Amino acid sequence: MHAVYPLVLGALLFAIGLYGVLARRNAIAVLMAIELLLNAVTLNLVSFSAILRDRYGMGQIFTLFIITIAAAETGLGLAIVLLVYRQRATADLGEQRALAEPVEPVTADELSPRNVEAEVAR
Amino acid sequence: MGNTGHGETFLFWVGSIISILGALGLIFSKKIVHAALCLCTVMLCLAFFYMAQGAVFLGVVQIVVYTGAVMMLFLFVLMLIGIESQDSLVETIRGQRWLAVPFVLAFGFVLIGVYAHANLPEFVGTDAANAKGGGNVQSLALLLFSRYFWAFEVSSAVLITSATGAMVLTHRERTVPRKSQREISIERFERWGKGEKVSLTGLPNPGVYAQHNAVDTPALLPDGSPSEASVNATLRGRDTVRGFRPLPLPGARRNGAAVASRGDAGNEEVSQ
Repeated sequence: MHAVYPLVLGALLFAIGLYGVLARRNAIAVLMAIELLLNAVTLNLVSFSAILRDRYGMGQIFTLFIITIAAAETGLGLAIVLLVYRQRATADLGEQRALAEPVEPVTADELSPRNVEAEVAR
Repeated sequence: MGNTGHGETFLFWVGSIISILGALGLIFSKKIVHAALCLCTVMLCLAFFYMAQGAVFLGVVQIVVYTGAVMMLFLFVLMLIGIESQDSLVETIRGQRWLAVPFVLAFGFVLIGVYAHANLPEFVGTDAANAKGGGNVQSLALLLFSRYFWAFEVSSAVLITSATGAMVLTHRERTVPRKSQREISIERFERWGKGEKVSLTGLPNPGVYAQHNAVDTPALLPDGSPSEASVNATLRGRDTVRGFRPLPLPGARRNGAAVASRGDAGNEEVSQ
Protein backbone atom coordinates (compact mmCIF):
# COMPACT_ATOMS: atom_id res chain seq x y z
CA MET A 1 0.00 0.00 0.00
CA HIS A 2 1.35 3.39 -0.89
CA ALA A 3 1.84 5.85 1.93
CA VAL A 4 -0.31 8.48 0.27
CA TYR A 5 -3.63 6.77 0.95
CA PRO A 6 -3.83 7.37 4.72
CA LEU A 7 -2.84 10.99 4.14
CA VAL A 8 -5.58 11.41 1.53
CA LEU A 9 -8.08 9.82 3.91
CA GLY A 10 -7.03 12.27 6.63
CA ALA A 11 -7.42 15.20 4.25
CA LEU A 12 -10.88 14.00 3.17
CA LEU A 13 -12.03 13.60 6.77
CA PHE A 14 -10.67 17.05 7.56
CA ALA A 15 -12.53 18.61 4.62
CA ILE A 16 -15.80 16.92 5.60
CA GLY A 17 -15.37 18.04 9.20
CA LEU A 18 -14.67 21.60 8.07
CA TYR A 19 -17.88 21.63 6.05
CA GLY A 20 -19.71 20.32 9.11
CA VAL A 21 -18.31 23.11 11.30
CA LEU A 22 -19.46 25.70 8.80
CA ALA A 23 -22.83 24.22 7.84
CA ARG A 24 -24.29 22.68 10.99
CA ARG A 25 -26.22 24.98 13.28
CA ASN A 26 -26.77 22.92 16.37
CA ALA A 27 -23.95 23.68 18.79
CA ILE A 28 -23.43 20.00 19.67
CA ALA A 29 -23.16 19.04 16.01
CA VAL A 30 -20.56 21.76 15.50
CA LEU A 31 -18.56 20.41 18.45
CA MET A 32 -18.77 16.92 16.97
CA ALA A 33 -17.50 18.22 13.63
CA ILE A 34 -14.57 19.78 15.49
CA GLU A 35 -13.85 16.34 16.98
CA LEU A 36 -13.82 14.98 13.43
CA LEU A 37 -11.25 17.64 12.47
CA LEU A 38 -9.04 16.63 15.39
CA ASN A 39 -9.38 12.98 14.45
CA ALA A 40 -8.30 13.69 10.88
CA VAL A 41 -5.24 15.50 12.20
CA THR A 42 -4.33 12.63 14.51
CA LEU A 43 -4.68 10.17 11.63
CA ASN A 44 -2.21 12.28 9.65
CA LEU A 45 0.17 12.45 12.60
CA VAL A 46 0.16 8.69 13.14
CA SER A 47 0.60 8.08 9.41
CA PHE A 48 3.61 10.36 9.25
CA SER A 49 4.99 8.75 12.35
CA ALA A 50 4.73 5.40 10.59
CA ILE A 51 6.12 6.73 7.29
CA LEU A 52 9.14 8.37 8.93
CA ARG A 53 9.63 5.37 11.26
CA ASP A 54 9.09 7.72 14.21
CA ARG A 55 12.43 9.35 13.44
CA TYR A 56 11.61 12.50 15.39
CA GLY A 57 9.62 10.78 18.12
CA MET A 58 6.71 13.13 17.68
CA GLY A 59 3.73 11.65 15.85
CA GLN A 60 2.28 9.35 18.48
CA ILE A 61 3.15 11.61 21.42
CA PHE A 62 1.49 14.57 19.73
CA THR A 63 -1.57 12.43 19.08
CA LEU A 64 -1.74 11.62 22.78
CA PHE A 65 -1.58 15.29 23.66
CA ILE A 66 -4.22 16.13 21.04
CA ILE A 67 -6.57 13.55 22.55
CA THR A 68 -5.98 15.04 26.00
CA ILE A 69 -6.66 18.58 24.84
CA ALA A 70 -9.71 17.41 22.88
CA ALA A 71 -11.17 15.83 26.01
CA ALA A 72 -10.64 19.07 27.93
CA GLU A 73 -12.10 21.13 25.10
CA THR A 74 -15.16 18.89 24.83
CA GLY A 75 -15.86 19.11 28.55
CA LEU A 76 -15.74 22.89 28.56
CA GLY A 77 -17.59 23.26 25.26
CA LEU A 78 -20.43 21.01 26.34
CA ALA A 79 -20.69 22.88 29.65
CA ILE A 80 -21.07 26.12 27.71
CA VAL A 81 -23.69 24.54 25.43
CA LEU A 82 -25.61 23.34 28.49
CA LEU A 83 -25.47 26.82 30.02
CA VAL A 84 -26.70 28.42 26.80
CA TYR A 85 -29.51 25.88 26.56
CA ARG A 86 -30.58 26.57 30.15
CA GLN A 87 -30.75 30.30 29.59
CA ARG A 88 -32.15 30.44 26.07
CA ALA A 89 -33.93 27.06 25.71
CA THR A 90 -32.17 26.44 22.41
CA ALA A 91 -28.74 25.26 21.35
CA ASP A 92 -29.13 26.61 17.83
CA LEU A 93 -26.16 28.79 16.98
CA GLY A 94 -28.21 30.89 14.57
CA GLU A 95 -30.53 31.96 17.36
CA GLN A 96 -27.85 33.37 19.64
CA ARG A 97 -28.20 37.04 18.82
CA ALA A 98 -28.01 38.68 22.22
CA LEU A 99 -24.86 40.55 21.24
CA ALA A 100 -25.96 41.42 17.72
CA GLU A 101 -26.71 44.98 16.71
CA PRO A 102 -30.40 45.74 16.98
CA VAL A 103 -32.20 45.98 13.67
CA GLU A 104 -34.04 49.28 13.51
CA PRO A 105 -37.70 48.72 12.79
CA VAL A 106 -39.13 50.46 9.75
CA THR A 107 -41.89 52.76 10.87
CA ALA A 108 -45.21 52.95 9.07
CA ASP A 109 -44.51 56.59 8.27
CA GLU A 110 -41.48 55.71 6.17
CA LEU A 111 -43.46 53.15 4.23
CA SER A 112 -46.30 55.52 3.32
CA PRO A 113 -46.59 56.10 -0.46
CA ARG A 114 -45.96 59.82 -0.20
CA ASN A 115 -42.62 59.37 1.52
CA VAL A 116 -41.55 56.63 -0.84
CA GLU A 117 -42.31 58.87 -3.81
CA ALA A 118 -40.34 61.67 -2.24
CA GLU A 119 -37.45 59.25 -1.71
CA VAL A 120 -37.58 58.18 -5.35
CA ALA A 121 -37.77 61.79 -6.54
CA ARG A 122 -34.74 62.68 -4.50
CA MET B 1 4.05 -7.14 10.55
CA GLY B 2 6.90 -5.09 9.15
CA ASN B 3 5.81 -4.06 5.72
CA THR B 4 2.08 -3.79 5.17
CA GLY B 5 0.63 -6.92 3.71
CA HIS B 6 -2.43 -7.54 1.59
CA GLY B 7 -4.66 -8.11 4.58
CA GLU B 8 -3.79 -4.75 6.02
CA THR B 9 -4.39 -3.02 2.70
CA PHE B 10 -7.80 -4.66 2.51
CA LEU B 11 -8.57 -3.56 6.07
CA PHE B 12 -7.53 -0.05 5.17
CA TRP B 13 -9.80 0.16 2.14
CA VAL B 14 -12.82 -1.23 3.96
CA GLY B 15 -12.19 0.99 6.98
CA SER B 16 -11.58 4.11 4.93
CA ILE B 17 -14.84 3.66 3.03
CA ILE B 18 -16.75 3.12 6.28
CA SER B 19 -15.13 6.12 7.93
CA ILE B 20 -15.85 8.41 4.96
CA LEU B 21 -19.48 7.27 4.98
CA GLY B 22 -19.60 7.90 8.74
CA ALA B 23 -18.17 11.37 8.31
CA LEU B 24 -20.74 12.15 5.61
CA GLY B 25 -23.45 10.85 7.93
CA LEU B 26 -22.14 13.17 10.64
CA ILE B 27 -22.73 16.27 8.55
CA PHE B 28 -25.88 15.21 6.71
CA SER B 29 -27.97 13.38 9.29
CA LYS B 30 -30.91 15.34 10.59
CA LYS B 31 -31.00 13.91 14.10
CA ILE B 32 -28.06 14.74 16.31
CA VAL B 33 -28.06 11.28 17.88
CA HIS B 34 -27.48 9.69 14.48
CA ALA B 35 -24.64 12.13 13.89
CA ALA B 36 -23.08 11.12 17.20
CA LEU B 37 -23.29 7.43 16.29
CA CYS B 38 -21.72 8.16 12.88
CA LEU B 39 -18.85 9.94 14.63
CA CYS B 40 -18.43 6.88 16.88
CA THR B 41 -18.07 4.75 13.74
CA VAL B 42 -15.37 7.04 12.34
CA MET B 43 -13.44 6.96 15.61
CA LEU B 44 -13.60 3.17 15.85
CA CYS B 45 -12.31 2.86 12.26
CA LEU B 46 -9.43 5.19 13.07
CA ALA B 47 -8.64 3.13 16.16
CA PHE B 48 -8.41 0.02 13.96
CA PHE B 49 -6.04 1.88 11.64
CA TYR B 50 -3.80 2.88 14.52
CA MET B 51 -3.63 -0.68 15.75
CA ALA B 52 -2.92 -1.96 12.23
CA GLN B 53 -0.10 0.56 11.89
CA GLY B 54 1.49 -0.72 15.07
CA ALA B 55 0.41 2.15 17.33
CA VAL B 56 -1.41 -0.19 19.66
CA PHE B 57 -1.46 2.09 22.68
CA LEU B 58 -2.94 4.94 20.64
CA GLY B 59 -5.63 2.65 19.29
CA VAL B 60 -6.66 1.67 22.81
CA VAL B 61 -6.56 5.30 23.95
CA GLN B 62 -8.66 6.28 20.96
CA ILE B 63 -11.33 3.74 21.85
CA VAL B 64 -11.27 4.35 25.60
CA VAL B 65 -10.97 8.13 25.66
CA TYR B 66 -12.69 9.18 22.46
CA THR B 67 -15.37 6.60 21.85
CA GLY B 68 -15.78 5.73 25.48
CA ALA B 69 -15.56 9.03 27.31
CA VAL B 70 -15.90 11.96 24.93
CA MET B 71 -18.72 10.54 22.82
CA MET B 72 -20.62 9.40 25.90
CA LEU B 73 -20.26 12.94 27.24
CA PHE B 74 -21.80 14.15 23.99
CA LEU B 75 -24.66 11.70 24.40
CA PHE B 76 -25.25 12.76 28.02
CA VAL B 77 -25.55 16.39 27.01
CA LEU B 78 -27.78 15.38 24.11
CA MET B 79 -30.11 13.68 26.54
CA LEU B 80 -30.16 16.77 28.75
CA ILE B 81 -30.96 19.00 25.79
CA GLY B 82 -33.49 16.61 24.33
CA ILE B 83 -32.72 13.45 22.43
CA GLU B 84 -35.24 14.43 19.77
CA SER B 85 -33.39 17.62 18.94
CA GLN B 86 -33.07 18.08 15.23
CA ASP B 87 -30.93 20.32 13.14
CA SER B 88 -32.37 22.12 10.19
CA LEU B 89 -30.22 21.47 7.16
CA VAL B 90 -31.41 24.61 5.43
CA GLU B 91 -28.48 26.63 4.18
CA THR B 92 -27.40 29.45 6.45
CA ILE B 93 -25.72 31.31 3.62
CA ARG B 94 -27.53 31.31 0.30
CA GLY B 95 -25.82 29.18 -2.32
CA GLN B 96 -23.54 27.68 0.30
CA ARG B 97 -23.44 24.22 -1.27
CA TRP B 98 -22.70 25.56 -4.74
CA LEU B 99 -20.01 27.80 -3.30
CA ALA B 100 -18.52 24.77 -1.60
CA VAL B 101 -17.96 22.98 -4.92
CA PRO B 102 -15.20 25.29 -6.31
CA PHE B 103 -13.53 25.33 -2.92
CA VAL B 104 -13.54 21.55 -2.80
CA LEU B 105 -12.06 21.41 -6.30
CA ALA B 106 -9.36 23.93 -5.38
CA PHE B 107 -8.56 22.02 -2.22
CA GLY B 108 -8.36 18.80 -4.19
CA PHE B 109 -5.95 20.32 -6.69
CA VAL B 110 -3.74 21.66 -3.89
CA LEU B 111 -3.82 18.26 -2.25
CA ILE B 112 -2.91 16.45 -5.46
CA GLY B 113 -0.12 18.95 -6.11
CA VAL B 114 1.37 18.58 -2.66
CA TYR B 115 1.16 14.82 -2.48
CA ALA B 116 2.40 14.37 -6.05
CA HIS B 117 5.53 16.33 -5.25
CA ALA B 118 6.11 14.63 -1.94
CA ASN B 119 8.57 11.79 -2.06
CA LEU B 120 6.62 9.26 -0.05
CA PRO B 121 8.00 5.78 0.48
CA GLU B 122 6.14 2.50 0.59
CA PHE B 123 4.04 2.32 3.72
CA VAL B 124 5.53 0.57 6.71
CA GLY B 125 4.16 0.19 10.19
CA THR B 126 5.71 1.58 13.34
CA ASP B 127 7.16 -1.77 14.26
CA ALA B 128 10.76 -0.79 13.58
CA ALA B 129 10.42 2.25 15.82
CA ASN B 130 8.66 0.18 18.44
CA ALA B 131 11.37 -2.44 18.45
CA LYS B 132 14.00 0.23 19.07
CA GLY B 133 12.39 1.29 22.36
CA GLY B 134 11.43 -2.24 23.37
CA GLY B 135 7.73 -2.12 22.56
CA ASN B 136 5.09 0.43 21.67
CA VAL B 137 4.11 1.41 25.22
CA GLN B 138 7.70 1.44 26.43
CA SER B 139 8.94 3.70 23.65
CA LEU B 140 6.00 6.06 24.15
CA ALA B 141 6.59 6.18 27.90
CA LEU B 142 10.29 6.83 27.37
CA LEU B 143 9.50 9.88 25.25
CA LEU B 144 6.59 11.06 27.40
CA PHE B 145 8.53 11.08 30.63
CA SER B 146 11.79 12.42 29.29
CA ARG B 147 11.58 14.78 26.35
CA TYR B 148 7.92 15.74 26.68
CA PHE B 149 7.75 15.75 30.47
CA TRP B 150 7.00 19.46 30.69
CA ALA B 151 4.22 19.23 28.09
CA PHE B 152 2.81 16.27 30.01
CA GLU B 153 2.61 18.31 33.21
CA VAL B 154 1.09 21.29 31.41
CA SER B 155 -1.56 19.09 29.79
CA SER B 156 -2.53 17.74 33.19
CA ALA B 157 -2.94 21.34 34.37
CA VAL B 158 -5.13 22.01 31.34
CA LEU B 159 -7.31 19.01 32.17
CA ILE B 160 -7.74 20.11 35.79
CA THR B 161 -8.59 23.63 34.70
CA SER B 162 -11.16 22.49 32.19
CA ALA B 163 -12.80 20.15 34.70
CA THR B 164 -13.03 23.00 37.23
CA GLY B 165 -14.33 25.32 34.54
CA ALA B 166 -17.02 22.88 33.48
CA MET B 167 -18.14 22.49 37.10
CA VAL B 168 -18.21 26.25 37.66
CA LEU B 169 -20.17 26.80 34.46
CA THR B 170 -22.86 24.23 35.13
CA HIS B 171 -23.20 24.85 38.87
CA ARG B 172 -26.37 26.53 40.04
CA GLU B 173 -26.47 28.17 43.44
CA ARG B 174 -29.77 27.89 45.28
CA THR B 175 -30.71 31.38 46.45
CA VAL B 176 -33.69 30.43 48.60
CA PRO B 177 -33.76 27.44 50.94
CA ARG B 178 -35.56 24.41 49.67
CA LYS B 179 -39.16 24.06 50.88
CA SER B 180 -39.90 21.14 53.11
CA GLN B 181 -42.80 18.79 52.51
CA ARG B 182 -44.66 20.33 55.45
CA GLU B 183 -44.34 23.87 54.05
CA ILE B 184 -45.47 22.76 50.61
CA SER B 185 -48.50 21.05 52.14
CA ILE B 186 -49.45 24.12 54.21
CA GLU B 187 -49.10 26.31 51.13
CA ARG B 188 -51.29 23.98 49.14
CA PHE B 189 -54.06 24.08 51.75
CA GLU B 190 -53.83 27.87 51.89
CA ARG B 191 -54.30 28.07 48.13
CA TRP B 192 -57.23 25.69 48.39
CA GLY B 193 -58.71 27.88 51.12
CA LYS B 194 -58.59 30.87 48.79
CA GLY B 195 -60.72 28.98 46.32
CA GLU B 196 -58.08 27.80 43.83
CA LYS B 197 -58.51 24.43 42.17
CA VAL B 198 -55.75 22.38 43.74
CA SER B 199 -55.79 18.68 44.38
CA LEU B 200 -55.21 18.41 48.09
CA THR B 201 -54.36 14.74 48.13
CA GLY B 202 -51.49 15.03 45.73
CA LEU B 203 -51.43 13.85 42.16
CA PRO B 204 -52.05 10.24 41.16
CA ASN B 205 -49.16 8.06 40.11
CA PRO B 206 -48.54 7.47 36.42
CA GLY B 207 -50.04 4.33 35.02
CA VAL B 208 -46.95 2.22 35.27
CA TYR B 209 -47.96 -1.43 35.02
CA ALA B 210 -51.53 -0.42 34.21
CA GLN B 211 -50.91 -0.97 30.54
CA HIS B 212 -47.34 -0.05 29.76
CA ASN B 213 -44.14 0.13 31.71
CA ALA B 214 -43.38 3.81 31.12
CA VAL B 215 -43.92 7.10 32.93
CA ASP B 216 -45.69 8.68 30.00
CA THR B 217 -48.57 6.25 30.35
CA PRO B 218 -51.61 7.81 32.00
CA ALA B 219 -53.21 6.05 34.93
CA LEU B 220 -56.71 4.76 34.43
CA LEU B 221 -59.63 6.00 36.48
CA PRO B 222 -62.13 3.50 37.84
CA ASP B 223 -64.36 4.04 34.81
CA GLY B 224 -61.50 3.18 32.45
CA SER B 225 -60.72 6.67 31.19
CA PRO B 226 -57.16 8.05 31.42
CA SER B 227 -56.38 10.50 34.19
CA GLU B 228 -54.71 13.60 32.86
CA ALA B 229 -53.21 14.61 36.18
CA SER B 230 -51.28 11.35 36.45
CA VAL B 231 -48.78 12.31 33.78
CA ASN B 232 -45.99 14.80 34.30
CA ALA B 233 -46.94 18.33 33.24
CA THR B 234 -43.83 18.57 31.08
CA LEU B 235 -44.83 15.50 29.10
CA ARG B 236 -48.36 16.86 28.77
CA GLY B 237 -46.98 20.17 27.55
CA ARG B 238 -44.82 18.44 24.96
CA ASP B 239 -47.86 16.41 23.93
CA THR B 240 -45.93 13.17 24.22
CA VAL B 241 -48.39 11.33 26.44
CA ARG B 242 -48.68 7.75 25.33
CA GLY B 243 -52.04 6.75 23.98
CA PHE B 244 -53.83 3.93 25.73
CA ARG B 245 -55.91 1.06 24.54
CA PRO B 246 -59.13 0.86 26.54
CA LEU B 247 -59.36 -2.20 28.69
CA PRO B 248 -62.43 -4.36 28.19
CA LEU B 249 -64.09 -3.65 31.49
CA PRO B 250 -67.25 -5.60 32.12
CA GLY B 251 -70.34 -3.40 32.21
CA ALA B 252 -68.52 -0.22 31.29
CA ARG B 253 -70.25 1.38 28.37
CA ARG B 254 -67.86 4.20 27.40
CA ASN B 255 -64.93 1.88 26.85
CA GLY B 256 -65.84 0.92 23.35
CA ALA B 257 -65.85 4.45 21.99
CA ALA B 258 -62.75 5.70 23.72
CA VAL B 259 -59.93 4.81 21.37
CA ALA B 260 -57.48 7.43 22.44
CA SER B 261 -54.59 8.48 20.33
CA ARG B 262 -51.49 10.27 21.58
CA GLY B 263 -53.09 13.68 21.74
CA ASP B 264 -56.47 12.64 23.04
CA ALA B 265 -55.19 10.64 25.97
CA GLY B 266 -54.80 13.56 28.33
CA ASN B 267 -57.67 15.73 27.21
CA GLU B 268 -60.46 14.28 29.26
CA GLU B 269 -61.57 16.03 32.39
CA VAL B 270 -60.13 14.82 35.65
CA SER B 271 -63.06 13.49 37.58
CA GLN B 272 -61.95 12.06 40.85
